[in-house]
Amino acid sequence: MSDRSNDMIPRTPLGGTEPRVDTHGPVTLTEVTNTAIASFASRLGQESTAQDVLAKFLGTPVPEAGRAVFGDALGAFWTGPDQWMVTAPHTSHEDLAAQLVPLANGSASITEQNDAWCRFDLLGDGLADVFERLCPFNIRACSGGEATRTSIDHLGCFVVVADPTHIMVMGPRSSAGSLHHALMTAIRSAH
Amino acid sequence: MIIHHPLLGPRDASEFTYLGDAALIHRPDWEAEDALDQFIDYGYLRSNPAGLHRELWFHEGGDRSWLVVTRDTTTHEITKVELARDVARQEGRSK
Repeated sequence: MSDRSNDMIPRTPLGGTEPRVDTHGPVTLTEVTNTAIASFASRLGQESTAQDVLAKFLGTPVPEAGRAVFGDALGAFWTGPDQWMVTAPHTSHEDLAAQLVPLANGSASITEQNDAWCRFDLLGDGLADVFERLCPFNIRACSGGEATRTSIDHLGCFVVVADPTHIMVMGPRSSAGSLHHALMTAIRSAH
Repeated sequence: MIIHHPLLGPRDASEFTYLGDAALIHRPDWEAEDALDQFIDYGYLRSNPAGLHRELWFHEGGDRSWLVVTRDTTTHEITKVELARDVARQEGRSK
């Protein structure tokens, strides 16, 4: 294509052309856009087949209830009985769901979630002070590898703990601004 | 009030929503001869015990699983929490 003047310009969930980064006190809040996401729900009666497919794809056992696994590129976290969310870098795995569908071969329902979610990463010390203002999930009991769905300012969000100084929040993309406001308010309140 | 989720451990009751009597998972067969009578019972008739009560709770602010919670209606003490799908499977439904 010679004329690229009409190409669409991708926007981040917060509406910018570049992911937003905010720093307050010891905490850095980063909008993360390079994440491809696919939901993976085992079909009735084929739970063990589906689990084997996902474990092989990830290269690790699937995460147990309330847990997440992180690989070099691929990650996954538990979202419910026999259900997981699979994540990977968007730049290399934009077609993550399409890769999983033939592997599952009907043992799981796989749905692309790339544009459904916004992701914010909180990095720094004192994150438990922030999250105890945001949701009823006990972050102080976390050492890394935990994942849960919870409510943050009435938004159903996933909270994934990489380690106590790095926590990821995934919320509905259409409410990215509200979620960012909630996170910033809690960070400013705590620090 | 704390509900001990069978998979996720102790969770605050504010994460859950309440549906009602656990008998609601016994949906009648709509093709039965007396389906109308069965559905009237199913839809409208509830026992209202003072004491142990099995009831359905939904983990709305969590993993969205349905639970069968056994609660004492006079003290709010919760003595048992099961996944509703496990209860249904024990009764031979949903395979």
